Amino acid sequence: MAITDAPPLEVGASKPIRPGRKQRLTGRRIMPWLFLAVPLAFLFVLTYIPVANMFWYSVTDWDGLDPEKTLVGLDNYIEIFTRPEIFRVFFVSLFYLAGAIAQLGLALFFAALLSFQTRFRNFFKGVIFFPYLINGVAIGLMFLYFFRPDGTLDAVLGAFGVQETPQWLGDPSVVNVSLAATSVWRYMGLNFVLFLGAIQSVPAEQYEAADLDGASSWHKFRYIIVPSIRRILGLSFILAIAGALSAFEMPYIMTGGANGSETFVIQTVDTAFRYSKVGLASAMAVVLLAIVLIITAVQRRVFPDEKADQE
Amino acid sequence: MQHTQHIRRTALMGATAIAVTAALALSGCAGNSAANDSGEPAGEITVLTNRTDLVDTTFADYAATFEKKYPGTTVKFEALTDYEGDTKIRLNSKDYGDVLLIPSSNVTKDKYANYFEPLGSTDELSKEYRFTNEGSFDGTAYGISTFGSAMGYVFNRDVWTAAGITSPPTTEAEYLTALGKIKENGVTPYYTNYKDGWPLATIEGNLGTVQGADVRSQMIADDAPWTEGNDQYNIDGLLYDTVAAGYSEDDPTTTNWEESKDLLATGEIGSMILGSWAVAQMQDAAEKAGESRDLIGFWPMPWAQNSTFTSVTASDKFLAINKNSDNKATARAWVDWFTDESGFAASQGAISPVIDADAPDTLSDFTELGVEYLELAPDPVGKEAVITDIANEAEIDLFGNSYRQKIIDAARGAGDGDKQSLFDDLNERWATARATISE
Repeated sequence: MAITDAPPLEVGASKPIRPGRKQRLTGRRIMPWLFLAVPLAFLFVLTYIPVANMFWYSVTDWDGLDPEKTLVGLDNYIEIFTRPEIFRVFFVSLFYLAGAIAQLGLALFFAALLSFQTRFRNFFKGVIFFPYLINGVAIGLMFLYFFRPDGTLDAVLGAFGVQETPQWLGDPSVVNVSLAATSVWRYMGLNFVLFLGAIQSVPAEQYEAADLDGASSWHKFRYIIVPSIRRILGLSFILAIAGALSAFEMPYIMTGGANGSETFVIQTVDTAFRYSKVGLASAMAVVLLAIVLIITAVQRRVFPDEKADQE
Repeated sequence: MQHTQHIRRTALMGATAIAVTAALALSGCAGNSAANDSGEPAGEITVLTNRTDLVDTTFADYAATFEKKYPGTTVKFEALTDYEGDTKIRLNSKDYGDVLLIPSSNVTKDKYANYFEPLGSTDELSKEYRFTNEGSFDGTAYGISTFGSAMGYVFNRDVWTAAGITSPPTTEAEYLTALGKIKENGVTPYYTNYKDGWPLATIEGNLGTVQGADVRSQMIADDAPWTEGNDQYNIDGLLYDTVAAGYSEDDPTTTNWEESKDLLATGEIGSMILGSWAVAQMQDAAEKAGESRDLIGFWPMPWAQNSTFTSVTASDKFLAINKNSDNKATARAWVDWFTDESGFAASQGAISPVIDADAPDTLSDFTELGVEYLELAPDPVGKEAVITDIANEAEIDLFGNSYRQKIIDAARGAGDGDKQSLFDDLNERWATARATISE
């Protein structure tokens, strides 16, 4: 849009507009849209149309294959809210939520630590960010070997004299902790980089001024870093909650949702593709979308962006 | 100025062209091979397969032989790792190869005509080929079996002999006692393959061992299939009892199918319930471990009646022709050649779809024991989809692994319920779903 704004659009009445100029102006209006056409086409074809379809499927009893889709109204939604076992799996999300909060804390800790002068800081930055670059399936396989009985984890613990270890994936009271820990390991790098970027955008003069005032590292962290990165903290928090509710990849690859590790998204996928209830599954996806939107709205009401700016 | 306008218009058209191309690319560019409706095999066909392990070796050789027999033809393969899942989605388009394997876990028989080309009448084809019923709907065959296998369990002969068991147990109690003796020797008697899941699903193939060929019709008329004396009870009950007695691996959540072959070959595990197709793979593993191929045995399930064992035979996937194919003649030639001449079934140590072919040597134990083979009767016309519909409605994946994983979890004390409460719940859900479906 900036292109069209650049030349003066208001032309004096005394000067009649030449036809060619008018065309050039139309051209300038169309040009940005031309450049946008391809990304917009992708956005519509790959995001908005499928989502619109999902809303449509959610009011039908489609089995995923039948050429005919019978309209069933709100039956699917009624089924979701009258079957307690569908919502029970959100309990599992609490593990991922706890994991996500630990992940934010750790990422913030490392980002703050490595933003000061630290030996080998670039090396450590790489080490922390690296897991995020690995393909999820590879991580799943790697951690299957890590968690199996007498696997890597047991061997490491054994070296420290810990012999009585649980079955990390086999014990239903431990499996979700193991899976959430794997997610933390995988995604912490992303939060870390976001935080580090935000911290490094704080002007160096502020630290110098703080030094002159005799502030300790903790004070610098508390009174300079945290207020400057509040926005990114808020955003990470929303993403963490949404991510915890829709946890899917790690548990699906590692346990397939067996042994009490089923999350809401795994349940949705199973409903659609294992039991051929695409209609019901679409309704479940719509419900998840609604829940995430509501939580985001509440979160933004409680911690509005503007407030952070005024401080 | 006119010139500028021209350039702009070209630019606009160019962008439109790009957008259209992108849209076409997204819609999955169907039909890139030239049409051939001459009735004679010629041109290119695409064959979808689930055998990612064979596509560049055995199948490439098959294609070369076929192309030599029918000059002017080209056979291209597309190997899919998640065959069932991928083809299910592709069936919604017209682009699912010329020849494919019917994704039977997703497409019910009454829908065959929507997707596949009729291959002939069931009566005619069943004179020549086994398992024609399974690939047919309403008297017309849409699929021809690739190979068949018989159900039973693979076991390590040395391990069982060391435990003093040299003849197959005839009852569940005897079988469990045998597993107990194996366990005393420090070997894990049974391996569930819980993590990979699909081997768990294959045990459903034992349906019919006791109830006979009409078991599927009986099941859709039954409100409580998980009742003593029924096959469904036997299959899941045996699994529960094995795990509950501690005769399976310690941590089922970290099992690994590829590894299980080596574990069986090296005598770290005693047995696995599978189809006879698995025997050849286990023998390969035994050879790799430096043992004799004879180490791997295959015995029928411990549900003998009047001291005669029964083994249910069933086909693996069915070859079918895409209804929308524009080269059906070549596709048909490939299906016929693959079934009659390729020798694929023999190479897999499996039962050939051709009736005249010999029994494979992987089933030599069965021949010695005089095991009776049983092929399930076709579902009554119009009722083909009922058993799947009830199972889906009840969210019991009979032909999958999810509910069996729950049975294992309960049996090993990691989940809620015991055998009785689990089976009561399954029966209740089955009955409710049956009522909904028959409405």
